[in-house]
This record gives sequence, C-alpha cells and structure tokens, in this order.
Amino acid sequence: MTVRHTIRVENCGDHFTCPEGEGVLQAMEKQGRSSIPVGCRSGGCGRCRVEVTDGAFKAGPMSRRHVSEAEGGQALVLACRIYPRSDLTIRLATPAFRTAVEK
Amino acid sequence: MAIQGVLRPGYVQLRVLDMEAALVHYRDRIGLDVMMTDDDGLVYLKAYDEFDHHSIILREAPETGMDFMGFKVASEEALDAFARSLRAAGVPVDEIPADEGRYLGRRIGFLAPTGHRFELFASMGRSNACPMIDNPELWHAEPRAMRAQRFDHCLLYGDDIDGTMDIFCRLLGFVLTEQVVAPDGTVIAAFLSCGMKAHDIALVRHEEKGKLHHVSFLLENWNDVGHAADIMSRYNMSVDIGPTRHGITRGQTIYFFDPSGNRNEVFAGGYTFYPDHPVRTWSTDEVGKAIFYYERALNDRFMTVVT
Repeated sequence: MTVRHTIRVENCGDHFTCPEGEGVLQAMEKQGRSSIPVGCRSGGCGRCRVEVTDGAFKAGPMSRRHVSEAEGGQALVLACRIYPRSDLTIRLATPAFRTAVEK
Repeated sequence: MAIQGVLRPGYVQLRVLDMEAALVHYRDRIGLDVMMTDDDGLVYLKAYDEFDHHSIILREAPETGMDFMGFKVASEEALDAFARSLRAAGVPVDEIPADEGRYLGRRIGFLAPTGHRFELFASMGRSNACPMIDNPELWHAEPRAMRAQRFDHCLLYGDDIDGTMDIFCRLLGFVLTEQVVAPDGTVIAAFLSCGMKAHDIALVRHEEKGKLHHVSFLLENWNDVGHAADIMSRYNMSVDIGPTRHGITRGQTIYFFDPSGNRNEVFAGGYTFYPDHPVRTWSTDEVGKAIFYYERALNDRFMTVVT
C-alpha cells in the first residue's frame, strides 16, 4: 500500500493527499483540485512555483530560470517536481500570485 | 511559383533538463530518429520524411527553452545576399564555417529584436535515412510512435515582435498570412510564411525576450492526431490542450509538453497560402476561436506558459 501524505496550501486552506513518489501538482490535478496553477507539469515553465514551509520531499529536475540552486536550498521549488516524504505545508510563490499580492 | 530565398524552417536547438527523458519523448513518443550524438553531447534527430540530416537538436542544460532556429535558403548566393541585406539594415551578422562532422554547410546568424537567435544555411548533408528517391516507397520502415513527418514551425514569444516581423518580411522575404490585432491597432500575434504553408514562424507579443511557446511537428492527417492523443494518454504525457483545431491556419492540433516543459505541437492540415492572398485578421474579442476553434476560448496557459 502506497503511503499518502497530506499537502496543505497555506494561502487558501486547500488540502489534498499525494502518494509518496508522485508529483504534488499531478496528485492535485488527479483529485480535481486547482489551488496551485498548472503549467507544463515538467519543471520548465515556473507556473507552479511554491515555497515549502514545512515537511520533507525529494525534488526532480527544474529549470534554473525559475528555481536557482540557492532557492532550491530555501525550499522554493516547482510543485510538479517535488515528491513528498512527509506531510507538506506549502505557500504559493508563482510570479502571478506575487503580482496579485503586491496589488 | 518557384520558391526562392528562404525555403523553410530547417532546424531548432532546444535545451532539455534530462537528455534520457528527452530522448524517450522525441524518439519513442514523437517518433523521430536519432542521427548522431556529437562530442559535446548534443543529440541530432530528424523525422522520417525529411531529406536533410537533422531538424531537431537537443542540448542538456540547467535551463529550458530554445537556443536558436535555423532556416534553409535556396543557394549559397542567396545566403550571401541575405547577409548583405541584413548588414545594410544595421543587423549584426555572424558567420559560422561549414562543419562536416555535423553535416552542416556554412551558416550566418543574427539576434532578432525579440531576443531570439536565427540562423540561415544553404546546405546540409543527407543521411541514409532520408526518404527514397528512386522508385520511392512511402518509407524505409513504417513510421513509429506519433509518425511525425517533419519539423514544421515554431511559435516564439518576445517583446518587440514588430522589429522581428520587419526583419522577416522586409529582409528575408516572408509574408504575413494572418494576425491578431488589438482595438488600438497593436499586433498581438503574427503568422509569417516563406512559402505556401499558412505559417513557417509565428510571433506573439510578450513582456520577456527570447521565449519559446512551441515547436511543431506535422502529422499526415486528423486520424494521426487522434493516434498521437492515444499515445499521450497511454504514457501519461503532459497535455496542454487538444485534440482541437486552430481558427488561425485551420490546423488540427494537440499542444503538449516535453519532459523539460518545452511545449510541442503535433498537427495536420492548414490551408495553402499563395503570395497574392490577403492578410486574414482576427480581433481580440474573437481570439478564443482564433487560437482554439472548438473551445472558443483561450486556456490560461496559452498566454503565460513559455520556456
């Protein structure tokens, strides 16, 4: 039986589960949720950028344009390329979201 | 009509995050053939119905997107003439000598006002895998996977599309076939042809320079578009939208993403363009139909997701 972790999105209070080894964004989409913006789902476009504020995860390849190596260390990542190892709490960090907040 | 000057898109070089994953995608899903890997690790591929040695070049890099796009021109003389007219118009042009190891003749290159690098070349070697010419069978072996026939065009996003359009139309002989125009007269999207296709390159106005929206591959017909959709579901590939149709160009299409997030398109159809045809214009209030004819609305990824 695959372990499922709970993903909490701080901004909107949404939460959903994600099987260990599956991408957070992919798990969200499968459950019909939409709290994180969906782009290429492949680590390239940066649309699903989030900050992980709590929890452990494994990361796959992500374009350096959207996640610098330093930022990766600070847990700024793309939701399509993180695979939870525990429950996660995340905060949206997409360019679109930042613009909305600044307004 | 004889096509002179620029003949067609020849190649595009893409940056991918993971070469192994990229090869599964371009070779085993889209159905391109790997022609060679060079000493720098770049991988050269082509579609089964292309004569020239390669059309897609993959480079593993930490950032995704497009390095450059190359167009084939009719002759070495045409290449020299383009270098002269670009320079006369104040566009800096660099020259790259022929490279037999990579099957390439000499090239000229320039940076367009949208931040994209373009190259022109007149000759490229052929390979044993090129289509037959004597009593030509349809193919050497039946096409694999999505059965892509050729690399067809790119849609690129950048800020100064007026400047890039000016170079393509005034200096390189392209013709504007179709456009999306805002109420204030600003061209938001432009589709340019160098031959008889509805487009060989398309440009969309966007705040950042040098972005790639998609690299497109031609399929034989609508049935093959359906077959491609079957493959995308079978292998859980990341689909953007489709199968659907574009109002612009009338192509029947699927947008999807490679494993690094670069958008691809497979499409069939599209109208034949003759140089005496008028420009077809869409207004922004009908842009949904212009881009996705069946949905009649843009998805939010169309304007925002680029690499």
